[in-house]
Amino acid sequence: MTIELVASAIKAILMIVLGLNLSLFLLYFERKGSALIQDRIGSNRVTITGIGKRMGMPNLGIINTTIADPVKMFTKEDFIPAGADKFLHTLAPFLALFPVMITFVVIPFGDTISIAGHRIGLEAANLNAGALYLLATIGLGVYGVALAGWSSNNRWALLGGIRATAQMISYELAMGLAIVSVIMTFGTLNLQEIVRGQGGVWFGFLPRWGIFVQPLAFILLLVAGAAESKRIPFDLPESDSELIQGYFTEYSGGKQAVFMLTDFAEQALIAMLLTTFFLGGWQVPWLMRDGFHLPGGAFLAVPALVVSLLGVVAFLVKVVALCIFLGMVRWTLPRFRYDQLMRLGWKGLVPLGLFNVLLTAFVVVATGSAH
Amino acid sequence: MPPFLYIFLGALAIVSALGVIVQRNPIHSLLALIGTLMTVAVLFIGEDAVVVGFLQIIVYAGAIMVLFLFVIWLLNLQVEAGPTGHLALKIFGSVAAALLVTELFFILTPPHLQVKFTHQPAGYGSLASLAGKLFTDYLVAFEVTSVLLLAAVVGSVALARKLPGTDDPRVARKIAS
Amino acid sequence: MIPLTYMMSLSAMIFAIGVAGVIIRRNILVMFMSIELMLNAVNLAFIAIGNRLGSMDGQVIVFFVMTVAAAESAVGLGIIISTFRNRETVHADDLTLMRW
Repeated sequence: MTIELVASAIKAILMIVLGLNLSLFLLYFERKGSALIQDRIGSNRVTITGIGKRMGMPNLGIINTTIADPVKMFTKEDFIPAGADKFLHTLAPFLALFPVMITFVVIPFGDTISIAGHRIGLEAANLNAGALYLLATIGLGVYGVALAGWSSNNRWALLGGIRATAQMISYELAMGLAIVSVIMTFGTLNLQEIVRGQGGVWFGFLPRWGIFVQPLAFILLLVAGAAESKRIPFDLPESDSELIQGYFTEYSGGKQAVFMLTDFAEQALIAMLLTTFFLGGWQVPWLMRDGFHLPGGAFLAVPALVVSLLGVVAFLVKVVALCIFLGMVRWTLPRFRYDQLMRLGWKGLVPLGLFNVLLTAFVVVATGSAH
Repeated sequence: MPPFLYIFLGALAIVSALGVIVQRNPIHSLLALIGTLMTVAVLFIGEDAVVVGFLQIIVYAGAIMVLFLFVIWLLNLQVEAGPTGHLALKIFGSVAAALLVTELFFILTPPHLQVKFTHQPAGYGSLASLAGKLFTDYLVAFEVTSVLLLAAVVGSVALARKLPGTDDPRVARKIAS
Repeated sequence: MIPLTYMMSLSAMIFAIGVAGVIIRRNILVMFMSIELMLNAVNLAFIAIGNRLGSMDGQVIVFFVMTVAAAESAVGLGIIISTFRNRETVHADDLTLMRW
């Protein structure tokens, strides 16, 4: 009992640390990756005693984004605007961060491993209703944004907050419908079982990933997830050229750092959701518990612990690849107008989602199986 | 769940509920209500009603409360300045509530009314058993509820929309011309 | 399992707090929130008893109560909005048009 508790605590801390590290990576990608996409150099000035420059290495800007930027943000003055509701103004960033952080604990990042005789499943909380937990915590993310906009006593912040709230609750519906289709396909709410159900191959070579069964749901979750985490092309709530900074205009210092962290962490969360539901989670293609069963008949025996490790590495690779993809979309597309956004959500994604659910229901009943 | 957790959650629920009715600022009341809803949802999950507990968070704390928040914004409700209402009303309300809770306590908790825990069927509280009951025993109620939701959507849109020509002077001028 | 007495008294207390809220507060929105408190207290009682009986009926009833509460909130808030548009107040004591 206690060893499971300790293991769960360690896994939960690991997942949250992973989320934070992914956010840092996304921050780095935001500066240097965007520079690469936009054919410029990006940040390259900060060094430690000029050591890299002396050795002739180009400055990759790592120290700049991962150390200097957070230090700058946390040491800025933290003020509360006059006339603002002090309690709500201080509460809002943490109310925004909390649902995102606690969602990380149900994502499975590996298969069950046995250490010293104990079987430890590699997700921090094996909830039988894991997918419902996801929907619940994503739905709670609205409050931080709403209260940030309201409590700033600033009409542009309020406008950004209202837009953000309306956008988030509209696209929550499309996300829910996409997740429901996946749940119907795999027949279970448990996230670890959904990932396990994506093992194996069809026709001898195609891995049974969710994206091949539910391509429409993948696109729905991608678009709805991008809208939910307020990334471009859906970043109207914080449109830099129109609303100063939208709902977090009046925030500075540590609280703004928390909001940016929420932004990146939500993006990482969407990438993790897409990986779990559609890209097979920790499943490596053609890797079973005992080794590689390559198409063509070749078999490569691999020890059990290495199999689990490969699973974790595969999960990380998929999540990082999706994060980079979302980042590339961010720096390429222009932003949606508000009515276009609402029209896309309600008149485009929701009917598509409902149609997908109906289609999935037909197919599931017709084939008579949970696949 | 260990009993001390129940006691803690119960105390938290009562404190949040008191916060709802005591706060002057309507948004603080709303936050206290969200706190109560989350605590009650955790109590649901503790009583093995896992799906209903998560549904409570999704529907109640995630959607209905956002609706309340939007209405508070729309009406631009400010903090209530100064004491409102008669003191006699407050005393009457508190006394009535205290009497109610005492009466309920005496009605609901005598030992001969306590339900004995028999056994929990397999899959209690799971989505499969909930859906099984919904689509077999309670099918009529399910279908009627869907019609009810449709009626609620139509009703709320009809009540809350602005009739053309009543508010916006530009619209009024355009209609008049 | 925790004794039923505890859950029922918790439910009764939250219900009574909701009743007190409806009587004491004169702001219509806070009265509405107190009604939601009452509904939640009753939901808690249903779940607790259903759990001890081993019956899913309690959870199904809570499901329906939640749905009805959602529908009622939407319509009720619509009524509050249109009242506010006509009367410019959300104080229940000012809505005295039908008083003799």
